[in-house]
Amino acid sequence: MSYKFHQFQVVGRGLPTETDEHPKIYRMKLWATNEVRAKSKFWYFLRKLKKVKKSNGQMLAINEIFEKNPTTIKNYGIWLRYQSRTGYHNMYKEYRDTTLNGGIEQMYTEMASRHRVRHHCIQVIKTATIPAKLCKRESTKQFHNSKIKFPLVFKKVRPPTRKLKTTYKASRPNLFV
Amino acid sequence: MPFKRYVEVGRVALVNYGKDYGKLVVIVDVIDQNRALVDAPDMVRGQINFKRLTLTDIKIDIKRVPNKKTLIAALEAGDVKNKWENSSWGRKLIVQKKRASLNDFDRFKIMLAKIKKAGVVRQELAKLKKEAA
Repeated sequence: MSYKFHQFQVVGRGLPTETDEHPKIYRMKLWATNEVRAKSKFWYFLRKLKKVKKSNGQMLAINEIFEKNPTTIKNYGIWLRYQSRTGYHNMYKEYRDTTLNGGIEQMYTEMASRHRVRHHCIQVIKTATIPAKLCKRESTKQFHNSKIKFPLVFKKVRPPTRKLKTTYKASRPNLFV
Repeated sequence: MPFKRYVEVGRVALVNYGKDYGKLVVIVDVIDQNRALVDAPDMVRGQINFKRLTLTDIKIDIKRVPNKKTLIAALEAGDVKNKWENSSWGRKLIVQKKRASLNDFDRFKIMLAKIKKAGVVRQELAKLKKEAA
């Protein structure tokens, strides 16, 4: 499964000067589509927090963070800050997914569809893996059932490859499962 | 017309689209409304969309997310392979695969066998017609 958003750990600091031989080193975990964007995002956030810019700072390390257990399902809680047409708002959203990158991607697409917020207007404040007891949203809690059982209500008839797709069919499809 | 095949832990399904096309997999957990965690003896456990699955009648007895060993043992206990290969759906797929993998000599042999079978059927028909007349 290839995800659009990758998680990076970026470490940087201001350049050493005569007054400050060993400036403090800062580390951030953020999501970006590639390394270049991750570094840029790092400086964007750091500028807002400390008096340092890319021109008087140095990047020490950037590493991609991969999911430790991509074969188990987890409930992710994501705290975010986004800019709407009228101002900034905070939000907390929950997603069920196998990887954190998948959860973040779900978040970006959901914010775009439900609130028309583009991804550059979203800042991820915090993410956490939530144990099932502490989930707040009904839409994730409804899947916390060890004996979950539901029918697939209608069967979509698809050709097994896009090459076999035809515009016209001889007969109407039977959608019953 | 109630539903008979449910998405549940242990349901065996056939993948009908994508890289794992034609594989029999077991639904091991449900992620959300559209996706399931799916596992088979010869693949890494992963997520798949329900749109890529067709549920079968076969169900095995497992708990949520078993480890590979337990899964394989449960598949043996449920006799999934034999049940599938003896079901009409499974047999049809095997025949389709066989037909797709024929070479020219096999098709020649099939042609001769078809001619022979048609000859025998026509003889019987002629006999029955004579008796009726």
